[in-house]
Amino acid sequence: MRDAPKRDAPNLVAPSLDAQFRGALQVRIAQSAPFALDVTFNAQPGEVTALVGPSGSGKTTTLKAIAGLVMPQRGRVAIGGDVWFDSGQNIAVRPDLRRTGFVFQDYALFPHLTARGNVALAMGHVANETRADAAAAVLRRIGIEHLAERSPRDLSGGERQRVGIARALARDPHVLLLDEPFSAVDRPTRERLKSEVRALASTLACPVILVTHDIDEAVALARQLVIIDHGVTIASGTPDELLQAPPSPRAAEIIGVK
Amino acid sequence: MDWQALSLSLQLAVLTALLLLPLAIFIGRWLAYGRHRGKSLVEALVLLPLVLPPTVLGLILLVAFSPTSALGGTLASVFGQPLVFSFAGILVASVIANIPFAVQPIARAFEAIPENVRDAGYVSGLTPWQTFRKIEVPLAWPGMFTGLALVFAHTLGEFGVVLMMGGNIPGATRTLSISIYDSVQGLRIPDAALMSGVVVVIAALTIASVLAVTRRRAHFAMGQRW
Repeated sequence: MRDAPKRDAPNLVAPSLDAQFRGALQVRIAQSAPFALDVTFNAQPGEVTALVGPSGSGKTTTLKAIAGLVMPQRGRVAIGGDVWFDSGQNIAVRPDLRRTGFVFQDYALFPHLTARGNVALAMGHVANETRADAAAAVLRRIGIEHLAERSPRDLSGGERQRVGIARALARDPHVLLLDEPFSAVDRPTRERLKSEVRALASTLACPVILVTHDIDEAVALARQLVIIDHGVTIASGTPDELLQAPPSPRAAEIIGVK
Repeated sequence: MDWQALSLSLQLAVLTALLLLPLAIFIGRWLAYGRHRGKSLVEALVLLPLVLPPTVLGLILLVAFSPTSALGGTLASVFGQPLVFSFAGILVASVIANIPFAVQPIARAFEAIPENVRDAGYVSGLTPWQTFRKIEVPLAWPGMFTGLALVFAHTLGEFGVVLMMGGNIPGATRTLSISIYDSVQGLRIPDAALMSGVVVVIAALTIASVLAVTRRRAHFAMGQRW
């Protein structure tokens, strides 16, 4: 059941649609309140890095800290040459200036806008006259151009997720953040979305961070796993490495190795 | 039928609602999203006009704004005339008395916007101001409309606060409610009944429009949180 990604799987380094590869993402965040957090990992561009751990272990907070939606007490978040957060140097870039693409667990679409409107609103960097066309192009890339004029309330769960992904990509993000992206859809949709996300990730030149509590999902999609337990990084490595030689009994328990 | 009083009441109601809207958006949003210690105190102060007897609130304002008080004296010298027993005075009193009617629905409307949706605005590259304008305002608009409508309807019917602060000066402070009371005192019952009928019709139309707008919003919300 639990296959590590094959070496020729498309989520390794694949031909990029973007002009050039973005830099690697370096994350180190720590805090003691409101709950303890001590997470460290690097994520390479063009790869999926999965943050895995039980619910409530701090994965979503980590994602929000990368996006700048929450501010940890200490640490550093940098991508390529850009420093987004550095508690030592008092750097904390506002979330709207960080160029992250964030796909929320409940998709958090703007309910008063159409699918195209959702995407266009994230394209402030595109000139007004060409924005509608650019938004249509992003919808086409995700394969949902036929949903352009639909309101979120008229979309299925899977369609909402695709709009959420399109909106996240609309900014041409330097890192794509996926928060439990498959948890709100039924099982057949989930399998289809997984393969779509895997294919999509292979075309991106930025790091993709996937938060999930589902180890199978992580192994199926990610090149690197980062295991977080009670807010602390307890192991990281490729799925192969971790499945064959878990570094601790707790890590083995979380990834399900007896 | 006291047309002058009707016109005065309508002016008072519209001006009160328009003056309160920006203030109520500011306070309501702060109550919904702010994380300050003084929040409960501000919330209590906002609700106070709702539970105080209007005559008591009116008396407080009358004393506070009278030319012999520090505040009232300063204002009187700035504007060249005292606030009490003037249209400006009942407008100020009416704004203060209506704070809860404007702030409450607006605060609830901001609260109803999921945090993730606002966060989605920020991570989509919108500044806090753009997120407010393009996401929060369109979604909280039904609450703002409700606040405006409640203030409008309530101001039309306000009696105690306006009478205490403004007295009963035709064309300046005699509102529809005061005119109705006057008519009854003078045993001009048909006059009072006609004016009361006007108030009933306006109030009913206001509530109907609030319900219409609020229903549409419920339809909205259904799509987002299934």
